[in-house]
Amino acid sequence: MSAGTQTAAPRPRSLRAARPRAGFAAALLHRLSGIALALFLPMHFIALGTALQGADRLESFLGLTHNGFVRAAEWGLVSALALHMVLGLRVLALEWFVTRERTALVVSACVAAGLAVGLLFLLGGA
Amino acid sequence: MSVSVPVPAPADPTVEAVPGATLRVRIRRDGGFQAFTVARRPAQTILDVVTEIQREQDPTLAYRFACRVGMCGSCAMTVNGRPRWTCRTRVAAVAEDDGLTLEPLRNLPVVKDLAVGMEPFFEKWTAAHGAFEPGDAPPADFAAVAPDSPARRAVDAGIECINCGVCYAACDVVAWNPDYLGPAALNRAWTLVNDVRDRGQAARLEAVSGDAGCQSCHTHMSCTEHCPKALAPTFAIAGLKRATARSALKRLSARHFRRSA
Repeated sequence: MSAGTQTAAPRPRSLRAARPRAGFAAALLHRLSGIALALFLPMHFIALGTALQGADRLESFLGLTHNGFVRAAEWGLVSALALHMVLGLRVLALEWFVTRERTALVVSACVAAGLAVGLLFLLGGA
Repeated sequence: MSVSVPVPAPADPTVEAVPGATLRVRIRRDGGFQAFTVARRPAQTILDVVTEIQREQDPTLAYRFACRVGMCGSCAMTVNGRPRWTCRTRVAAVAEDDGLTLEPLRNLPVVKDLAVGMEPFFEKWTAAHGAFEPGDAPPADFAAVAPDSPARRAVDAGIECINCGVCYAACDVVAWNPDYLGPAALNRAWTLVNDVRDRGQAARLEAVSGDAGCQSCHTHMSCTEHCPKALAPTFAIAGLKRATARSALKRLSARHFRRSA
């Protein structure tokens, strides 16, 4: 058999993280959806606050939201809320009920559930 | 007279190697990868491959092993990106396109080539109060522990850990926060939290809570999915989260009670 030969330059990245990565993906999605919701909350309160200044003020503010960009953002927000909830329920189930799971399957189901709620929101024509 | 000749069973692909086949092995050392070629052999393990390279091709290759049968936990390495016991991993089960990539365990300082220093691992084991604490005046009599009590079952679930470091290498939180105690130390602490004879519970719960303790676990499940002994450190850490929360609530209510009394 051949003796060892030094190969070309090493790969730049450090040691790869361990596979499989479904649990990591779940934690990442949970964190990102949580941040999205936290960023949305102040805007939500600002919108509600306009109601204190009268119905007209609120209506004019809501009028600003009747465009495609805000609609798309709303869909993303509803999906993020649903995703955050189901991923949170997964963590609670794991930690309180000590249930062994097939991580990739459960995380995929959580993502599917989040997107399904988003789809229902779109189909509902809200 | 006819003699019945046993028909050979079809070869088990995880045991039998194709005669003449070779394996390309890349080993991370000295900041790069070194390539070797090794003959495939029946029932060949990763540890067999590393040993063959060291004995027949490059005697300067450093690695660590002892028992070769999955008892000591000293031969763990990163094989094709996953931390594993190399003595209990067959080449046929993990080789990708007749190739293997071997690296030292993640999250631990490399001593040389595939051997890592385990000092940080065991320092954290000690920091998590991983040693049994009998107290100043141990009781004279035996503690009666029912085998089917919840506490004893919780101990049974984690007591078989042999500290191989696979979970520690698999853990993303250790990679992000080098102070994080890690799954093995927290699993050990959980077995002692469930030990009725132990007298150091308050200090132990204090040691495993906080930024470097159980509350930092993100439930990625990497430790549980990689543990070669099929233990579940994630659930031990979840148990510690419950225990530390309960203890904090007790302390809070005791303080409130003292103030209002």
